Amino acid sequence: MNILIYILKRILQTIPILILVSLISFFIIRLSPVDPLADLKLNPSISKETLQKETQRLGLDKPIGVQYLLWAKSFIQGDLGYCSTGEKVSTKLIERIPNTLLLTVIVIFLTWIVGVPLGILAAVSWKTPLDRMLTVLTSIGMAIPSFFFAILLLIFAVKTGWFPVGGLTSYNFSDMNLAGKIWDLTRHLVLPTTVLFTISLAGLQRQMRANLLDVLDSDYVKFARAKGLSEFKVLYKHALRNAINPMITLLGFEFASLLSGAALTEYVFQYPGLGRLILEAVLKSDINLVMASLMMGAVMLILGNLIADILLIITDPRIRVKA
Amino acid sequence: MAEEYQNINVSVFKQVIRDKFSLIAFIVLFIIYFSLLFADIIAPYTKDFSDRTQSYAPPSKIFMINEQGKLSLPYTYNYKREFDSEAMQVDYKLDRSQKYFLKLFPRGEKYKFLGLIPCSRHLIGTESSGRLYLLGTDINGRDVFSRLLFGGRISMTIGFLALFVLFPIGLLYGGISGYFGGKTDMLMMRFAEAVMSIPSFYLLIILAAILPSNMTSIQRFILIVLILALIGWAGFARVVRGMVLSIKTQEFVQSAQSIGASRLRIIIKHILPQTTSFVIVAMTLSVPSYILSESGLSFLGLGIQQPDASWGNMLKEAQEYINILYRPWLLTPGFLIFIAVLSFNLIGDTIRDVLDPKSKIR
Repeated sequence: MNILIYILKRILQTIPILILVSLISFFIIRLSPVDPLADLKLNPSISKETLQKETQRLGLDKPIGVQYLLWAKSFIQGDLGYCSTGEKVSTKLIERIPNTLLLTVIVIFLTWIVGVPLGILAAVSWKTPLDRMLTVLTSIGMAIPSFFFAILLLIFAVKTGWFPVGGLTSYNFSDMNLAGKIWDLTRHLVLPTTVLFTISLAGLQRQMRANLLDVLDSDYVKFARAKGLSEFKVLYKHALRNAINPMITLLGFEFASLLSGAALTEYVFQYPGLGRLILEAVLKSDINLVMASLMMGAVMLILGNLIADILLIITDPRIRVKA
Repeated sequence: MAEEYQNINVSVFKQVIRDKFSLIAFIVLFIIYFSLLFADIIAPYTKDFSDRTQSYAPPSKIFMINEQGKLSLPYTYNYKREFDSEAMQVDYKLDRSQKYFLKLFPRGEKYKFLGLIPCSRHLIGTESSGRLYLLGTDINGRDVFSRLLFGGRISMTIGFLALFVLFPIGLLYGGISGYFGGKTDMLMMRFAEAVMSIPSFYLLIILAAILPSNMTSIQRFILIVLILALIGWAGFARVVRGMVLSIKTQEFVQSAQSIGASRLRIIIKHILPQTTSFVIVAMTLSVPSYILSESGLSFLGLGIQQPDASWGNMLKEAQEYINILYRPWLLTPGFLIFIAVLSFNLIGDTIRDVLDPKSKIR
């Protein structure tokens, strides 16, 4: 029961942050010199009346405070407005968010499966050539600009023809059976996943190594060793459990950095995700779309942190007692 | 006291240098920054020199053995542009009618050395009408090698400049928030958290996109530095605040309070200097991420604009993979970003290892 109250509290805490995020984004966008109707104004076939109607519909004739309140009111009601192309913003977001989530979840899963064991390996063989080599290798992974790596992989895909270039599905996706669909998706996902995986692996591996080194230095591990436990038991029964906990907090941050890193990768691979959507929206100065995708990005980030917190409560009894 | 502090710095530096990888990284960075400083001389052409007839010309071939099979001074041929009507594409063939010998310090485009001394000698080049493209040309027929050097000036300094803007802001914000405590602290930290809750790259592109397009390149450069700084201050301020919370309970702060020093003076003169070593480490570790951010931004066309060069916007041409298949030399800026960032990372790793007291105990 206590846990539930704690979780509820955490959720309530996110509300003021979300309001602040919306305020910051709204004022950045609205106070900028970019005219949201510039496209329409340049189009000679659009009459002055239409322009006026559009101005009224977007509330551009009202003071900026009122504009924000209008926007907030319709946002709470679930109405995100329309894009400059006339589509509903919400349908666009619903189309894109699952794609970004799919990519992010796969990448997080893979980095954990590979990064945690590599971190343990490095910590156990601390100050040996193996440890040094792993550090240098992860440094290399961290140093490649994501978009550059993506371009290199694209060239590889074009030259070998092993992987489809860009997008998430082939043109005949709807005609395939289930197995074919899954195979098609996998083939499209391999390259973007590789890019994001290489880049986020380094951070995770290092964190795991540092945590485990910290824990291995603590008194209770020395005690476990002193009483004659096998190294295997010391490591996996005693040290690892405590070393994993900070990693869960990191999960939230990882989610955030993936959202950011994914934008460039999505852009190069023409992957239909949130990052590319926001890029296109920004380039077209599509206010409603930018606002909505910024909010979604923030919501996803806050959700990621929330999930990490909840997982931490489940795994770490000390926090449960405090809560 | 100051001497002691300097000695510590020297010993840290020695320890960092002792590590093989970071020694190499230091040398690499030194070479890069050295060539950027003297870019005007080293580059065969100026930043804006362009030969429209030579768009996408491949790297010049340099010969050491002449037609008779004898060793000769290095020479090169110019490229002739030919349209292959069957394959429907432009080809560059060597124009073997005229040899151009490579020369040290030939006269070339005029420039101002270090922005002051007018000069027209370049480190390497060819005779009169010969063209030397060490890494080919871009779409406008500009020498990629020269632009790499000039672009590096922007790419390799913008991160540092952003840090010099960001750290004072973060320090002051975190210092005030931590020292004042209570409602001020809560409000300031909520605001910082809100900024951190926007995925940083999204914020980056939005801020860059609202820049008006009719700015001079210097104005744009400064604004991009500011934008990069705006992204990172919040996370840094939070860490500083945490440190200030523990520092402010110490006796020297109490003594300053009892003397009657103003709060701002206590924060700036007494508390913040205590965080110096952390600040130095944090700065070294965050340089590479700003280099990457700038290149990403310019890659999208939102950062440094043509005709100015930066490693990011030079890679913009590589966005079309067809382009790259035939013109792989356009990828060179990417490799340079990679090498620079890797060097910074390796040095940062070693500094962290050296300064981490735990690694000394073991």
